[in-house]
Parts: sequence; C-alpha cells; structure tokens
Amino acid sequence: MAIIEEIRSLFPVLSRKVYGKELVYFDNAATSQRPQSVIEMWNRITSESNANIHRAVHRLADEATQAYEAARDTVKDFLNADSRQEIIFTSGTTASVNLVAYSFGERFVCEGDEVVVTEAEHHSNIVPWQLMCKRRGASLKVLPVDDSGYLQIDKLDEILSNRTKIVAVTHISNVLGIINPVREIIEKCHLRGIPVLVDGAQGAVHCKVDVQDLDCDFYVFSGHKLYAATGTGVLYGKKKWLDEMPPYMGGGEMVGTVSFEETTYAPLPMKFEAGTQNFASAATLKPAIEFINLLNDNELINYNNRIRDYLLSELISNSRIHLYGVPRGTNEDKIPLFSFTVEGVHHEDLALILDKMGIAVRSGQMCAEPLMTRFGVTGMLRVSLAPYNTMEEAEYFVKCLDKAIEMLS
Amino acid sequence: MSLQEAENAIIEEFSMYEEWLDKYEYLIELGKALKDYPESSKTDDKLIKGCQSRVWLDYRVEDGKIIFNADSDAIITKGIISLLIGLYSGRTAQEILSSDFSVVEKIGLKENLSPTRANGLVSMIAKIREIAYGN
Repeated sequence: MAIIEEIRSLFPVLSRKVYGKELVYFDNAATSQRPQSVIEMWNRITSESNANIHRAVHRLADEATQAYEAARDTVKDFLNADSRQEIIFTSGTTASVNLVAYSFGERFVCEGDEVVVTEAEHHSNIVPWQLMCKRRGASLKVLPVDDSGYLQIDKLDEILSNRTKIVAVTHISNVLGIINPVREIIEKCHLRGIPVLVDGAQGAVHCKVDVQDLDCDFYVFSGHKLYAATGTGVLYGKKKWLDEMPPYMGGGEMVGTVSFEETTYAPLPMKFEAGTQNFASAATLKPAIEFINLLNDNELINYNNRIRDYLLSELISNSRIHLYGVPRGTNEDKIPLFSFTVEGVHHEDLALILDKMGIAVRSGQMCAEPLMTRFGVTGMLRVSLAPYNTMEEAEYFVKCLDKAIEMLS
Repeated sequence: MSLQEAENAIIEEFSMYEEWLDKYEYLIELGKALKDYPESSKTDDKLIKGCQSRVWLDYRVEDGKIIFNADSDAIITKGIISLLIGLYSGRTAQEILSSDFSVVEKIGLKENLSPTRANGLVSMIAKIREIAYGN
C-alpha cells in the first residue's frame, strides 16, 4: 500500500535493524517515533535559533520565540481550544497533572473535601492527587473498572458527593486501551458543578479531541507519545479555572512586576511557564501535529483498523493468553494497544525473547500498579501500535509470540 | 574443577552459541534444571532487590563450603541465577571472593540484558559476595 510506505519513509528509525533483524517497534504507547520534520525542527532551532525565548529583542530570540508560539497556535487548533491563553506548555503529562493538582488544590480544595480518580489510571494521574489530598487534608475516591476493563460508570453517582472538588479520569488507559466515555462522565460531573481533568496521554494520539465540544475543564497530554520531541507536554485548561489558580512555580518570565513586598503575575499562559522553557522541543509539536493531520486518510485508517482487528482476534483466540481490556460488541472502543498475560510464562521472559527477534514491546506494571492488583497479576506484556506499523509486522509478531511461548514452556 | 576453570568452561560454552536466542535457550534449560527451592523459603528477607522479576537466594554452610539455592518467577532470570549458583555454590568464601565475576561480562550477559535486568544481575552478584563476606 502506497500510503503506508510513504508514512514509514518519514521515520528514519523505522529502517534500522536490531540484532541483525528488522526493527518492529510495538512500544508506541510509551514513546512514539519521530518523523523527519520533527527532527528537522529541533535541529533547526538548536543549530540556527538557539536563544532564550520571550526575553531578548535580537533576531535569534525572535526566531525561537516565534517557533515556540507557533507550536502553541497549532496545539490550540488541534484541541479546538477557545484561546491560546488556555494552552500551557509543560514537560509532559505528568508535569501537567502535577501543576493542576497543586494549583487547583491550593485554591479550591479544603480539609474534608474529596478527589475522584479511576482504577485504570496511570501513576501520574494518581500520585499528584494523593500528594495534594495529603497536603489539603482531603481524601481520594476511586471509580472501579469491571472485568473487561470498562469503567463502572453506574457507580459514579454514588462516588461523587457534595465534597467532590475535582474528577481526574483517563481518556484511554495505557494498559487497557479502551476509550472511556469521558463525555458522559463530564456531563454527570458538570450537573453537580464538579470540574473534570482528562488524562489524554493516549487519548490525544488516538482520538479526535475537541475540548470545547467535550467541555472538559482540563485536558493533558505529552508530546513524546504524539511524534514530537521528548520533554514536551500540554495542559489545556478553561480560562476561568486557570485565572483563579495560583502559579505553580515562580521565577523567569511568569511575572508582571516583582518587588520584595509584592509580585504580580504575567497573564496566561506565561503565568504557568516559569523559567526557561524547553523551546526547541516544544516547537516540534507543530510538525508533529501536522504529521497527525496527514494520517486522516480513509485508506490508512481502514488498514490500521484491520491490523487492530487481526491482533485482537489472534490474542483472544489463543487459550493460553489472557487479554485485559476486551472491547464489548464493536472494536471501535479499542485502540491498537494490547496488554496480556500468558499462562505459565513470565511477561519479562517474553519481552526479552521478542527483543532478540527484533520486536520492541513493554513488560511490567506499566506504571499502573493498582490496575495490576485489580487483575491479580504482577505485570503484563503490552504491544502498542502506531499508524506506521504494518500488517506484516503484526503477522511476524504473532509468529514470534508463538515461538517465544513454545521456548518458555 | 577450580573456580577459574569452571568460569572458563562457561565462557567457552557460551561462545559456541552465535545467536542470542540460542544463548537464551541455554539459560532457559539451566533455569528449568534449577529445582527444589522450598516454597516456605520464598520470604522477603531472601528476595534480591533490584530485579524486575522476583529472585530468592538462600544458602547454608557445610564443611566450610557455601551451598546456594535459588528460585525466580521468570525463567531467564532463573537461568542466570542457576548459572551463578553452578559456579559459586559448594565453594569456600575465600574462593568466591577471589573471583572478579568478570565472567558475566565475558559471556555478554551484562550488555545484552535490559538495564533493569542487568541491575538484577548486579544485585545477584552483590548478594553472593555479601554472603561470602559474612562467612
């Protein structure tokens, strides 16, 4: 297929070999690979326009600032945010959640209040809230998942209370790969006046996100899972909340005026961007999102869906494999991300052998220990695909998985 | 066989396998051969820290020689600890401490395992040395 070849050719790393074998990169949910345009943007800023942004008046500083702010405009359009003031650059999803947990907590959470997360969260959407609860004397409530990995939405009403100050939910769990009904959750929470933060680390990669249509209060994601450079992240927040929240860190260009008696803060979004930003990397969000727009091709989407359906049916039909996050009815709820265990075989052994066959997969707890506990396992094997992965790679993986299981049995 | 001879034999054995998958096959066989570690000894104090998979290492001293026994829930890790035990079990503390443990580098175990696994390997060696020091 022409388009898949065209897309693969944009990624230099995809043509490399590991241990003398063609690389099959199936660890995209952890870090996706970067297209040439992203690499070139980073190189260009670093080799031609390296200067501190927002400060100096010279040419280099202007170019760096322009590239950084152009990325903000691109992200604003990507999320359909109401204004560029609502787009804060951070170092990643984790930093974005920490920022909200801290600043929102300082302003809005008091002793006896409650914060709700789900059982399917990544540690990054659990621990910052735990820290905040401890600081503010609040408590953490958890919405459970069912055996298939779906959130038990019917329990939301009993978990929410008049002390709930915020709900933090993942758009798509990095373990289960099921698209959560965040719209329904947001509607339910808003009926009670409770704001919702959506962890879009996987969601921003696999779903079309329109924050105004979704009406979420916060949406956070990372650049490195979205084909951009590492060390980049986005916090979208509704202006009404960001205006009320105190700064997270102080210093750098986040100020209005400073004296030892009183400091005023810069307007949004700079209020939350203290210190010198990772501008060379942040600028790559623009070519990364432009690449994503290229993926909006029916032929490619159908091809990617066929690969997903193939892997799903192969994994489900193998009696020794237990898959976590099984779609109900239609496969449209499922992204091409599969976490599973194999009866009698340790996930780490499988990952080590697959690695030597050229296949990069993830093994372990996937930063979601509560979910591992929920399913009674010490870890899982995860394969996560990107649109540049091919059917041939998926077939090779299935063959290698069989061989690895045979070796280890 | 002296410890050094045993180490050299392992290095020679490993050099026969060109493909890493074959080396893994060998480790898996070693892992499967390691048996009889009692469930009752799978306690936290015998757990080696720094491994992604769980490894338990126990020992007893007989006639001045340290006898090791171990288990793991992952078979390749079990193969590695089995290989180490094959070399160092049944030897005196002095013999064990005379080794520089460079055998694991010479057979390429260290560089060909993931960092977390390599850390586990380092932890296993550290534990064996610690036990030898204590005896």
